[in-house]
Amino acid sequence: MKKIATIALAALALFGGLLPAAPARKMIQIKGSDTMVNLVQILAEEYMGRTPGAAIAVSGGGSGTGITGLINQTCDLANSSREWKSKEIDQAWEKGVSPRFFVVAVDGLSIVVNEKNPLEKLTVAQVGALYRGDVKSWKAVGGPDQAVSLYGRQSNSGTYVFMQEFVLGNKNFSADMKEMNGNAQIIEGIIQDEGAVGYVGVGYLHDQTGRIRKGLKVLEISKEPGGPGFLPTDKAAVDSGAYPISRPLYMATNGKPKADVARFLAWIVGPEGQAIVEREGFFTVGEGPYKAANDKSFK
Amino acid sequence: MKKKRRDLEEAAIRAFFSACGVLAVLALAGIFLTLLVTAVPAFREIKPAEFLLSKTWDPTSPEKAEYGILSMVMSTLMVTGGAMLLAVPIGIAVAAYLSDVAHWRVREILKPVVEILAGIPSVVIGFLGLVLVGPALAKVFHTGNGLNAVNGSVLLAIMALPTIISISEDSLNAVPRAISEASLALGGSRWQTLLRVKLPAGLSGVIAATMLGMGRAIGETMTVLMATGNARAFPHGLLDSVRTMTSGIAIELGEVPYYTTHYYALFAIGLVLFVITFAVNLVADVVLRRYQEREQ
Amino acid sequence: MKTAARKGLVQALGFLGLRAAMGLVLAVLALFLYDIGRKGGGAISWEFLSQAPRRGMTEGGIFPAIVGTFLVTLITAVLAVPLGMSAAIYLHEYAAPSRLTRLLRLSIRNLSGVPSIVYGLFGVILFVNLMRLGTSILAAGLTLGLMTLPWTITASEEALKTIPLSYREGAMALGATKWQTIRTNVLPYAVPGMLTGTVLGLARAAGETAPILFTGAAFYLPFLPKSLSDQFMALPYHLYIMATQHHAIQQVRPLAYGTALVLIALVLGLNMGAVVLRYRLRRKQR
Repeated sequence: MKKIATIALAALALFGGLLPAAPARKMIQIKGSDTMVNLVQILAEEYMGRTPGAAIAVSGGGSGTGITGLINQTCDLANSSREWKSKEIDQAWEKGVSPRFFVVAVDGLSIVVNEKNPLEKLTVAQVGALYRGDVKSWKAVGGPDQAVSLYGRQSNSGTYVFMQEFVLGNKNFSADMKEMNGNAQIIEGIIQDEGAVGYVGVGYLHDQTGRIRKGLKVLEISKEPGGPGFLPTDKAAVDSGAYPISRPLYMATNGKPKADVARFLAWIVGPEGQAIVEREGFFTVGEGPYKAANDKSFK
Repeated sequence: MKKKRRDLEEAAIRAFFSACGVLAVLALAGIFLTLLVTAVPAFREIKPAEFLLSKTWDPTSPEKAEYGILSMVMSTLMVTGGAMLLAVPIGIAVAAYLSDVAHWRVREILKPVVEILAGIPSVVIGFLGLVLVGPALAKVFHTGNGLNAVNGSVLLAIMALPTIISISEDSLNAVPRAISEASLALGGSRWQTLLRVKLPAGLSGVIAATMLGMGRAIGETMTVLMATGNARAFPHGLLDSVRTMTSGIAIELGEVPYYTTHYYALFAIGLVLFVITFAVNLVADVVLRRYQEREQ
Repeated sequence: MKTAARKGLVQALGFLGLRAAMGLVLAVLALFLYDIGRKGGGAISWEFLSQAPRRGMTEGGIFPAIVGTFLVTLITAVLAVPLGMSAAIYLHEYAAPSRLTRLLRLSIRNLSGVPSIVYGLFGVILFVNLMRLGTSILAAGLTLGLMTLPWTITASEEALKTIPLSYREGAMALGATKWQTIRTNVLPYAVPGMLTGTVLGLARAAGETAPILFTGAAFYLPFLPKSLSDQFMALPYHLYIMATQHHAIQQVRPLAYGTALVLIALVLGLNMGAVVLRYRLRRKQR
């Protein structure tokens, strides 16, 4: 018994030495949006590869979790795929936290259906009707006579809240919506379910080769009935606002970011970080108002 | 002098063990008390009647925050009921097989094998529900996906089976040989003896086994979280996507700001769960002990 | 009137049904193990077991999760084992039998049936918030330890019960004090049994996800936890996020299977160790 324990501990010590040594600095803790978690995790990994001594830990849990984390001061950076609610900002100030926001990427929220669904386009209002549960059959929006199978996220998701505000008109989601734990689960469900519809971040649409995942169809969305529809993969449409449901992706800090956090953030919104953002399927911050807001937040 | 020192030692050691006992009991009692104390503030804002009887759970709704747990309770009952429907007959049959049909060598091998099933972590069962059982059920029932109550029931049945088998088998074996031998002597076959003599004699043990299995199913979290779809609606059928009380807590505990009504409400659900599972386990335990005492 | 032949037929059919039930259960178990073994086996390699995840966790291994599970189970053991065994000794050897102790035992036994998520809730409010441990490996370990405590107390008591009264009476007749009696005539025989039950409880704790979900488990950490207040990766949580939250869940499905295989191997290995221990000491006592 003792021999086994000794060997086990020795092996552990040996392996401990093989992993990169912990830095003298504290680890940067990042929590929040599932839409952003993989993007941020890859950014962290690449940043740590280039910056000896950097230590970053990334967790998911949904935008709500990140916001709560920053308010409770259990993390340094909060990823959120939506803006903070005024209630949350009030709560933060009450607890002595002053949140500052940085836009690190832009997302075109994509409405996806199973590839067997003959529909090509929907209006924002129609998507809202589907997700409020006002409409239960695809026939009502011009599709086949088949029951709608709703896939969405849980209430801690920033995407959930964003959809609720901008697409559902601040009304309740249908209680029949299956609430998945992450974007990828929604996609997996849709691929198997012919009557399915779901909403995911644009960075989740493509497979490793860069094509849209097999079994998925991305719908064009138009603002008005009869108006032109745009795809979320169309960068120009997202940037110009022609694609109606695009949104900035935020990282929030408590007050002015500390030195190591500021360096990481600056790298993310700089050319190297933004190249990775683009590589992962999201859109860059661009040179417009988001960049200006970021510059102000750094000061 | 030596005796005095020894007495002191004895007293010290006794005090140490008493302290451990007291500490352990306090810690465990503390769980109930903490839940109670943290759940009570929820009812400053939520009416208890609404909490227990409303079908709508939507604490983050922009329209009106609602805290009704009836749909979650119903979902829990549905998956648990379905699980018991599957697990009880099969479990008793396997227990009867092990106690009455199997050769003792076969039994020695198969009992630990059944225990292996009990050892599989719930997250692994949930994973298999996601990748193996769910898609299979979707094909069988011609639904688009396998994220529903049936999937949950099948998985929970698998998890409850080892408990039901083990305890039922123990109680079948505990039936006094005199009774079974009398039945055989009177001309009954082994099957008739099993069905009409042993099972009725061991019935309280079997009931206790069922209740313990049920307690396990009610309290299961990861399996149902991964495999049942988590829709908040009141379930109308076994093919609906459901959200149990355990999933409800697990989904929202991570994002809830501490010390808000929503936070307290989650603890209230936890309290309800605690009371239900504790009660079920208690009844089963009492039945089991009384039955064992009677047989002695 | 049932003829002998008809009785025989009914029995044959009945027993066939029972055999079928057994077969069904065995088939399900075999299917599960085969599926995980085959699909997970393909992902297992030395690299998988000894390296950290890379490239957005689509490559590399699960070493931090293995270490995390090992460390948090260690903390669980530190809380649950000595306290559990001592509390059992108190209940069984020192406490006067009374309604109170019977009620205590009943309560403790039934606390092991309380859902793991409820222990998670308790862990959040007590260890993470009130004791200000934050989400850390210590908070998670304490939560798991509390969850395992009823189990270790009950299992230790069962082991103590198997020691005949005569062992104790013999020692006391020779003039030994209570503690001397326990130390020389009870514990040496009971400890193996206590350990068996304890190891089974620890195996269960190692596989639990709900209690560590909100008390310390992390999605991705580049380094091993270096102090008790660090977060940690763990096998069950890793499986959960690889299967549901990862951005490329179909691509990493083999890695998820590999994680499941390692987790099952760990838990079943511990279980088997306990069974072997029980078998060995039963033979010794005979």
